[in-house]
Amino acid sequence: MYESLLNSPSGLFAELERLQREMQQTFGSVGRPGSIRAVASGAFPAINVGSTPGAVEIYAFAPGVDASKVDVQVDRGVLTISGERPGERPQGDEKSAVYASERFAGRFKRTVSLPDDVDPDRVTARYRDGVLHVSVARRESTLPKRIEIQ
Amino acid sequence: MNDKQQVTRGERPADVPTLMPRIDVFEDSAGITLLADLPGVPKDRLELRVEGDTLQVEGEILPDTPEGMEAVYAEIRVGRYRRAFTLSSELDTSRIEAQFRDGVLKLRIPKHEHAQPRRIEVQVA
Repeated sequence: MYESLLNSPSGLFAELERLQREMQQTFGSVGRPGSIRAVASGAFPAINVGSTPGAVEIYAFAPGVDASKVDVQVDRGVLTISGERPGERPQGDEKSAVYASERFAGRFKRTVSLPDDVDPDRVTARYRDGVLHVSVARRESTLPKRIEIQ
Repeated sequence: MNDKQQVTRGERPADVPTLMPRIDVFEDSAGITLLADLPGVPKDRLELRVEGDTLQVEGEILPDTPEGMEAVYAEIRVGRYRRAFTLSSELDTSRIEAQFRDGVLKLRIPKHEHAQPRRIEVQVA
């Protein structure tokens, strides 16, 4: 009886599986090969990466951290962002209660593999509205050049 | 205080995808403290609304993207946060205090004076 429930294409488990697949397609990447350093979704901070002809732009969504204590490093083509976000649970009395505790607290570390043509000496990092924006410039020699026709 | 799954208000289409910000909620004897992570939202794009017993938090993400940038990889794919809560009647919505700094919203919702706990003396007959 259980077996037939599991195997039936319209069974409860198939429905759950379909739901999970749809969630992954909506919120995560499925099918495409992931980076070897990829982490499960929901890691802190969330990271977006963009590319322009002159630079690689990395956005780390890290609200409420002390920007002076965030460590940004580029080492052998890998950008590492690490730091700590303190928990903000107040020192309440015995009448206090916690209803939701979804926000990340503790130490964090995330890494991004950079392309080969970046210049590790020209990195800028800015923190605004809770987003750390790291810009890694590409080497001049790899910028697209217009070739004059003689 | 409960989460409201979806609040349809008419002026904006409800099917626009939004992110649900992560929150912490603490209560003490004088009121409720709510912390919400809204990274990437500038102060002028944050919207807090109280309508009846519903508190809605909404914010638009405006990252400083250089011109001609192509997205290579994205974990945040939606440009807007939204989350709504039902407030209970002992909370005083007219005295909500809000602070917004570095993408973290801190709301303090005090309880009505009469709703705060009082110690009741037991009379011995």
